Amino acid sequence: MSDADRDWNAFATPRPDGGVHMDLAVEGITCAACMSTIERGIRTVPGVTEARVNLTTRRLALDWNPTRTDAGALVRRLERLGYRAHPFDPGRRAAEEEGEAKELLRCMAVAGFGAMNIMLLSVSVWAGNVSDIDAPTRDLFHWLSALIAIPVIAYSGRPFFRSAARALRALRTNMDVPISIGVVVTLGLSLFETARSAEHAFYDSVVMLLFFLLTGRFLDHNMRRRTRSVAENVAALRVEAASRILPDGTVRDVPLSRIDPGDLVLVKPGERVSVDGIVEDGTSDIDQSLVTGETTLVPVGPGTRVYAGTLNVGGLLRVRVTAATEGTLLDEVNTLLESAAQAKSRYMRLADRAASAYAPVVHASALLTFLGWWLGVGMGIADSLVIAVSVLIITCPCALALAIPAVQVVTSGILFRAGILLHSGDAIERLAAVDTVVFDKTGTLTLPEPRLLDRDAVDPDRLEHAGRLARASRHPLGRALAEITRAVAPPIEVREEPGRGIEAVVDGRVERLGSPDHCGADPAAVAALLARFPGASLVAHRRGDEPPVVFAFEQGLRRDARETVDRLVALGLSVEILSGDRPAAVAEAAAALGVATFSAGVGPTEKIARLETLKAAGHRVLMVGDGLNDAPALAAAHVSLSPVTAVHLSQAAADAVFLGDRLAPVVAAITVARRARVAMIQNLWLSVIYNVVAVPVAVAGLVTPLVAALAMSGSSVLVTLNALRLRLGGDRFGETDRGAATVAAEPATAGS
Amino acid sequence: MDVLIFLIPIALGLGLLGLFAFMWSLRSGQFDDLEGARWRILDDSDLPDRDGAAPPRDRPADPT
Repeated sequence: MSDADRDWNAFATPRPDGGVHMDLAVEGITCAACMSTIERGIRTVPGVTEARVNLTTRRLALDWNPTRTDAGALVRRLERLGYRAHPFDPGRRAAEEEGEAKELLRCMAVAGFGAMNIMLLSVSVWAGNVSDIDAPTRDLFHWLSALIAIPVIAYSGRPFFRSAARALRALRTNMDVPISIGVVVTLGLSLFETARSAEHAFYDSVVMLLFFLLTGRFLDHNMRRRTRSVAENVAALRVEAASRILPDGTVRDVPLSRIDPGDLVLVKPGERVSVDGIVEDGTSDIDQSLVTGETTLVPVGPGTRVYAGTLNVGGLLRVRVTAATEGTLLDEVNTLLESAAQAKSRYMRLADRAASAYAPVVHASALLTFLGWWLGVGMGIADSLVIAVSVLIITCPCALALAIPAVQVVTSGILFRAGILLHSGDAIERLAAVDTVVFDKTGTLTLPEPRLLDRDAVDPDRLEHAGRLARASRHPLGRALAEITRAVAPPIEVREEPGRGIEAVVDGRVERLGSPDHCGADPAAVAALLARFPGASLVAHRRGDEPPVVFAFEQGLRRDARETVDRLVALGLSVEILSGDRPAAVAEAAAALGVATFSAGVGPTEKIARLETLKAAGHRVLMVGDGLNDAPALAAAHVSLSPVTAVHLSQAAADAVFLGDRLAPVVAAITVARRARVAMIQNLWLSVIYNVVAVPVAVAGLVTPLVAALAMSGSSVLVTLNALRLRLGGDRFGETDRGAATVAAEPATAGS
Repeated sequence: MDVLIFLIPIALGLGLLGLFAFMWSLRSGQFDDLEGARWRILDDSDLPDRDGAAPPRDRPADPT
C-alpha cells in the first residue's frame, strides 16, 4: 500500500507557538545507530524544529513549522532513510497516566529528601538519648524535623489522601484509608510530643513509610505504563486508519477518529475493513473469521453489511460508514460487553480483602490499648494516648501495602519478558485461581495466516516461481504463498485482475497466479483436491503451456497447540473449545488437540451462557480468544487472554495480550501466576506475623522511634525480598521461553 | 555545639539542591528515554565538523 496518498496532517496536533507536533511509532528502530540516523536525517528537512527518537518506546516525536514543510514530506523522508512510520492516535488517557507517573515520581523524590534529612536529625537524637544530649538541643532537632516533615507529608501524601477520600466518600475502605489515618495521627502525636519536650518523636518513621509506599506504587505504575506503550505501538503498526473518499473523488487515509457515519470509505483487496458499514458498490468476498470465527468466505455486494475487522479478499469495495445500529452484531457485542464488564467489577482483590479485614482490627486494638492504659491502669490521658498511637504507628500497613504490589511488579516483569502484556495487576491473582481453560478456535488455536497443505507433493521449482509472482499480490493467500517460499524479486510488470488473480511475463513465458478458474485448471483435479481437503482454499499457478498446479491452503493449528493443551491438562486444568466455526472444522481441530469438550457454531450470547454454566458449576474460567464475537466472553470470564492479532475490541476486553505465533504464553501465564499467588499469600502472612510480634510490644508501651523505624523498614524489605525471589526462577523461565519462541519462529514462517 | 547552627542549614541546603536538581531534570524530560540516553553520550553528531558544516551524507537527497 502506498503511503503517499495518506493524509498525514490529520494525525498532527497544532501547538500554541504556531508549530505542529506529531508522534509516530517507527518500525525497525533496533539500536542506537538508528536513533542518530533518523534524527540527523529528519533534521535536514527545512522547517523541522525538533526530531527526537525515544529508544525506550520506539517512537519519534516531531515538531515542525507547517508553512515550510508538511507531515507527508517528513514521512517520505523517513521512508527514504529506511524506516516505516505509523501514525499514532494520541489518547487522552495516555496523557493522564503520563502525568500521574510524573506526580508519583515527584512525590517520591520529595519524600526521599525528607526521609534522609529527618533521619540525619533522628540518628543524632537516638545517639544523644543514650549519651548526653541536652533537652534544648533535642527539642531543636525535633522542631527542625517537624519543619521538614509537615510540608513533605502535605506534598507526598496527596496520592494516598486523595484515594482514601475517594474510597470513604463511596462508603468503602481500601489500603489507603489506614495509611492516611496512620500518617496523620503519627504526625499529630509527634507534634504533641515535641511541644511537651518529650524524648521521642516519630517524624522519621512517618516520612520513611511514605517513601517506601511511593516507591512501590511508582514501580507498579511504571510497569503498567511500559506494557501499555508496547500494546499501543502494536496497535499503531496495524494502522488504525481508513481510506476516506472525499466528495471530489480523491482518496485520503485518515485516522479512524476522523471518520464519521455517512462517510464513504475505500477498501482495497487484501485490506482489513476498518469500519462498520454498508457496501455502496463493488463485489467481493469477505473473510469474517476474526469477527465470527467462521472460516468460509462470505460473498458481499451492494447493500450488504460489513464489519470492522473483517478482511476484504476479493475486489475493490466502497463502503458507506454507519454508526452501530440496533440489531447488528456489533450492537449485540457492545451490549453484552457492558453487562459482562459490570458483573466482573464485583471481583474483590486480595489486597482490598486484606485491607478490609485489617483496618478494623488495628483501629480497635489501638482504642482498646488507650482505654486499657487510661481506665485500666489509671495512667494519664496524654500518656495513654501516646501509647495507643504508637500501636497505630507500628501497625501502619507498610509491609501489608507492599505485600501484593511488590509481587505484581516482579510478576508482570517476568510475564513481559515472556511476551505477555498485562492490562491489570490483579489479573495475576485471578489467573492463579483458574481451573478451566476455554479456547476460541479460529485465530486463537489456529494461526491467523493460512498454511500450505500437502507441500511435499509440490514441485519446489514451481513453488519458487509461484512465490515470486505471489510477492506482487495483495491477496492474503498470495501473501501466505510468498511468505512460505520466502521468494524475493517479484516480476516488474504485473497485471492484476481484481478478484481473479495476477499475470506477468517471466523469462518470455506468461505466468498466472490466482483462482483455479483464472489459470484454467482442470475442474476434476480441483474437485479431487477439495474432496481430499474439505474447506481448503485454493490458489492455482500456470506457467506458459505447462499444466496448471493447484495449491491448497488451510487455517493451520498453531505449532505448539497440541503441546500447550497437553501441558494445561498436566497442570490439572480442563480444556474446552467454543467456536463460531462450522461443526466439522471444530470437531477436526478438537480431535487433533485431544480436546473432548467442544461446541461449534456458537454466537457471543451462547459463549457467555456457556461461561455462566461453568461458573455456576463452581469453575474459574480462563477464556482465550481473539474475535469480535469473543469480546463479551473475554470480559465475562474470570480472567482472559488474547493474542496480539486479535481485534481491537477483544484486546481491550482481555486482561492480557500475548505476543508471537505460539500458544506457550498461555501455560506460562498460569504457572507464573500460580507462583506469584503463593508469594502473595506468603507476604500477607509475613505481615501478619510481623504485626503479631510488634503489636504486643506497642501495647506494652515499649515502642521507641528507633524500634518503629527498624521494624517498619525491616518488614518492608522482607516482603520486597520475598517478591524478588520469584525472579530467581522466573527470569530463567521467561528467557528460555522467548529463546525457544525465536528459534521456533524460523521454521514456522518457512511453512510446515 | 554552636557549629550546628551552620552545619544543619548546610546539610538541608545540599539536600534541597539535590531535590531541585532532580525536579529540574524530571521537568526537562531527561527521564523520558532512559534506554536512548545511554547511547546518546557516545554520539558526536551534535558537534560541528571542523569546517562547521554538517557531514555530507546528512544533506537531504533532494531539496524538498
